[in-house]
Amino acid sequence: MFEFKKTGLQQKNKFLLRALVAGLFAVVCFSLLVMRFVVLQVDRHEGLAARADSNRIAVVPIPPRRGEIVDRNGEVLARNYLSYTLEVVPARAGNLDELFSELMPIVYLSAADQRRFKRRVAESGRYASVVLRNNLNETEAAWFSAHSFRFPGVELRARWVREYPQGKSAGHVVGYIGRISEGDASELEESGQLGNYRGTDVIGKKGIEKTYETALHGKTGLQEVEITARGKPVRVLKRVDPIPGSNLVLSLDMGLQRIAEEAFKDLRGALVAIEPATGDVLAFVSQPAYDPNLFIDGIDAESWRQLNESPDHPLINRPVIGTYPIGSTYKPFVALAALELNKRRATDRISDPGYYEFGGQRFRNSGSTAFGSIDMHQALVVSSDTYFYSLGPEIGINGLHDFMKPFGFGQLTGIDIDGEKRGVLPSTEWKRQAYKKREQQKWYAGETISVAVGQGYNSFTLMQLAQATAVLANDGVFMKPHLVRALENPKTGAQTLTVAQASYKIPLKKENLQTIKRALADVTTVGTARQAFAGASYQAAGKTGTAQVYSLRGAKYRASAIDERLRDHALFMAFAPAVNPKIAIAVIVENAGWGGSVAAPIARKVFDAWLAKEAGRDTKKAGAQ
Amino acid sequence: MKYVFALLGRVINAIDWPLMIILMILASVGLLVMHSAVGGTDWRFADQTRNFIVALTAMWVVALTPPHIIMRFAVPFYVVGVVLLLGVFFFGDTSKGATRWLNLGFTRIQPSEMMKIALPLMLAWYFQKREGPMNTLDFSVAVLLLIVPCLLIIKQPDLGTALLVFGAGVCVIYFAGLSFKLLLPVVLIGVIGIGSIVAYQDELCDDDFDWVVLHDYQKHRICTLLDPSTDPLGKGFHTIQSTIAVGSGGVYGKGYMNGTQTHLDFIPERTTDFIFAVFSEEFGLYGGITLLLLYLLLIARGLTIAVRAPTHFSRLLAGSITMVLFIYVFVNIGMVTGILPVVGVPLPLMSYGGTALLTIGIACGMLMSISKYRPPVT
Repeated sequence: MFEFKKTGLQQKNKFLLRALVAGLFAVVCFSLLVMRFVVLQVDRHEGLAARADSNRIAVVPIPPRRGEIVDRNGEVLARNYLSYTLEVVPARAGNLDELFSELMPIVYLSAADQRRFKRRVAESGRYASVVLRNNLNETEAAWFSAHSFRFPGVELRARWVREYPQGKSAGHVVGYIGRISEGDASELEESGQLGNYRGTDVIGKKGIEKTYETALHGKTGLQEVEITARGKPVRVLKRVDPIPGSNLVLSLDMGLQRIAEEAFKDLRGALVAIEPATGDVLAFVSQPAYDPNLFIDGIDAESWRQLNESPDHPLINRPVIGTYPIGSTYKPFVALAALELNKRRATDRISDPGYYEFGGQRFRNSGSTAFGSIDMHQALVVSSDTYFYSLGPEIGINGLHDFMKPFGFGQLTGIDIDGEKRGVLPSTEWKRQAYKKREQQKWYAGETISVAVGQGYNSFTLMQLAQATAVLANDGVFMKPHLVRALENPKTGAQTLTVAQASYKIPLKKENLQTIKRALADVTTVGTARQAFAGASYQAAGKTGTAQVYSLRGAKYRASAIDERLRDHALFMAFAPAVNPKIAIAVIVENAGWGGSVAAPIARKVFDAWLAKEAGRDTKKAGAQ
Repeated sequence: MKYVFALLGRVINAIDWPLMIILMILASVGLLVMHSAVGGTDWRFADQTRNFIVALTAMWVVALTPPHIIMRFAVPFYVVGVVLLLGVFFFGDTSKGATRWLNLGFTRIQPSEMMKIALPLMLAWYFQKREGPMNTLDFSVAVLLLIVPCLLIIKQPDLGTALLVFGAGVCVIYFAGLSFKLLLPVVLIGVIGIGSIVAYQDELCDDDFDWVVLHDYQKHRICTLLDPSTDPLGKGFHTIQSTIAVGSGGVYGKGYMNGTQTHLDFIPERTTDFIFAVFSEEFGLYGGITLLLLYLLLIARGLTIAVRAPTHFSRLLAGSITMVLFIYVFVNIGMVTGILPVVGVPLPLMSYGGTALLTIGIACGMLMSISKYRPPVT
C-alpha cells in the first residue's frame, strides 16, 4: 500500500511530485467553486437578485395557540390568558444596568426579574429577543408605550401565557410547560419540528402537557411582511394562519379528584380510579402534590429546593413511578389463576395451622393466626397467607407469570402520561436475565411461595393494580387506560376519542369470575374491609393488603425518619358495585400500616361520591324518558 | 538599547514575510467584511480585532520555536488531546445541543479544536520515526491514530471539526506516500460528483432523468438535500438565504455595506460560518475570484515551504497544515454556495471566533518555523 522509502533525495523528489499534485488538486477544486460562482452570479443572477429584492419581505412566524385542557365535565385545568410582556434585544439596548435603572420608574423590575433576564441572555445570546418581565398591568403597559421611543431594542408584546387554575389539584396529571431548553431544541431538530416552533418559546415538560405536546402545540403559521431597508414592517403580503392546538378533554372528574385528594389528608400515597367499561381514568392522585404554576416561568431556586429536597418527594408521580410488592391485593388474581388453570377447585379445603411448611422452612400467616380448615372463599375473606403459600408451588412461577401478564402486571399499561415504570413480574426467564451470577440466576421453588402472596420479587405500579382490578371487574376485557378521553378541534368542536375499543379480552370462565367476585364482595361485608364499608348503600367488592417496605433496605439510616418510613404501606383494590361495576380503584397509603383501616376508607369516600353521581345520572335519564 | 534591537531582529527574522503579507491582506479583508456584517462598529468587531492580536502573538511564539522542538510536543499533545476527548465523551458540558466542552473548573476547553493541530503533528512525528521502508502495519497504525480522535469528535457530535481533523490526517498520510492508485478513484468520484452538481443541478432532479446507479428513493433523498426549499423555516433556510445573497451580488457586487441580505438579517450566522455570503453579496464575482486567488497564494506559499523543508517531519507537517487550510476554504465556500451540506466549518481569517483564529495562528506559526529554520550543514 505504501511506496517504499528511498534515499533522502529521492524522497524529496517524491514529495515535490506529491506537493505539485496537491496544489493542482486545490486549483481544480477552486475552479469548481468559481464555476459555482458563475452559475449563481451570472446565470442565475437575475432570478436570485429578484428573490433578494423580494427579501424585503420578512417571513414572520405566527405561533399557534396552545390547546386547553378540561376535565370530562368541562372544568378547566390548563388555559391561556393574554399578557403583556416586555422583551429586550440586548445588542440593541446598550448597557443593561443603565437600561434597568431607566426603566424602573416606568415598569417595576424585581431583583429576580433582573437575574433571570441576565441568565437567559447568557444562554441565548445578545441578538435574541429575551423576556424581561411578564404580566405587565395596564398602567405599566400604557406608560411604557408612551415612553418606548427612549428604549431602542425594548419591545412591548402581548402574548399568551399558560395558567393552571386548579393549582395542586391534579397537578401530576396536567404537568407543566417550560422554556424550550437546548436539549428540547435538539430533539425538535432531530424530528424535523424545529421550524414549527419558531416564535414559540415553551414546550410541555411533564404530564399531559408533555405526552400530548404535538396535539396541544398545533401548527405555526406565517406572515410575509414587506419591510423597509431599516427593517420596519410596511404591509402584510401573505398570511398562512396558524392551526391552533387541540383542546384535550380528560377522562378525569375534577369533583371526584378533589374528594379523593382530600381523603388523603396529610398522608402520602396514590390512588387511581378507572371506569372499567371504558378505561377512563376518573381520578389520579399522587400525594403530596405540587403546584405546576410554579414551573411556567422557570421555578425559583427556593421553591425548587423545597420540592426537590422534601423527604416526601412531591415531584414523583407515584401511581406510575412507584413500584411496590402489592401484598395481599394480589391474592384475588392468584386465586383466579388457580381456578382457570385447574390447579384447585373453589370448594377444595385445606387446613391452615397458621403457617405453611416448605423444604423444612415455615412461612407464617401475618399475626400467625390459625384459620383451620378453609376453602378459597374463606381464604380470600380472611386473607389467609397459608392458603396462597400453598398455591404457589402448585401453579408454578411461570404459570403465574403467563396468567398475570395479560392483566398488565409488570407491563406498561400504556397510560398516556410520561415516566411510567414497568416493574417486575417475576419468572424463571426474568431471573436469568436480571442477575449476572450463575447461582443467582436459578429460580428456587421457595421463592414462588412469597410471590403467590404478592411479596418477593413482585414489583408493580399502583397503576397496574388499578388496571388489573378494572380488567377483573370488566370480566377480562382490557380497555387501555387513559387520562385524555378525547381531542377536541378548537374550531369545529369535533371530538375524537383516544381509546375507542377494547385492546383484547382475556378468556375467563364465568363461574370462576363469580367465585372471586363473590369472595371480594364478602371482604367488604364480613371480611377485612367490613368496617370501612359499614352502612354503604351499594355492594362493593375489594381486597386489602400490606406491602413490606422494600426499597428502604440498605438505604441510609436517618434516625428521625426511620421508624415511620420503614412502616408497611397500606393497600386496597376494589370495584363497585360488585355486579356491573361502574368504578374500579387502587389505593396505596405509604407507611400507614394495615390496608383495611387506612386505604379502604379512602376508597369508600370515592365510591360514595361517584356512585351517588351515577345514581343521579340514572334518575335524570329515567326522568327524561 | 542593543538588546531591544536584537529582540526586534529576532521578531522580524522569525517571520516568513511572503506568508505574513498574504495573511495580513486576508485578515484586513476579514475585518472589513466583519465591519459590514455587524452593521458598523460593534463589540464583535472589537472582539475580532483582539482575537487577531492574540492569534498573531501565538503565531510569533510558535514561529520562534525550531521544528525539532515542536516535534517533541507531538506525542504529549496527541495523548493529552485524546484523553481530553475521552473526558468530553464521559463528562463533557453541553452547549447548543452538542457536547464539545470540557469544564476544568477554572476554564472550559474544546479538545476537538486542539486535535486539528495535534493529529497532523503526531502523524508527522510517527512517519519521521518510521523512516525507512514502510509496511502495511505502519499504515494501519497511522490509520488507527487518525480514526480514534475522529470517532470521538463525530460522537460529540461535531461533523465539521471531525471532517477537518480527518482531512488533516489523510493529508499527512498522503504526503507520506499513500498510493495514488488508492487515492485517485476517491478524488475523481468526489470531483465529478460535486462538478456535476455545480453544472446540472436542475436537470439532475427532473423526474425523467435516470440516475442508472441509484434507486429512485435514493435520488429523491439527495435531491431534497440539494433543494433546501422543502424545509424553509428550518435547516434549509441557511442555504436558501446564502445562495440568494451570493447570486444577487452578481458580477460586480452590491457594494461595501450595501448588501440587503446582510443588513436585513436574512443571512444567519453571518459573522461566523456564513461570512462569505456577506462578502460575496457586496463584492460580487470579481471579489469572490480575488479572494480565492488570495487563498491559492496562501496554499502555494505553504506548499513551497513544505517542499523546501529539510526534514521528513517538517515536510509532512507543513504540507498537511497547508492542505487543511485549503479544506477549510473549500468546504466553507462550498457550503455557503450550496454545493456541500451545511457543516460547521469556519472560513479561515474571516469568520468570527477566537479559538478557530488561534488554531490558524499556531498553524501558520509552525509553517514559519519550518520555513525559517535551517539545520546546521554537516
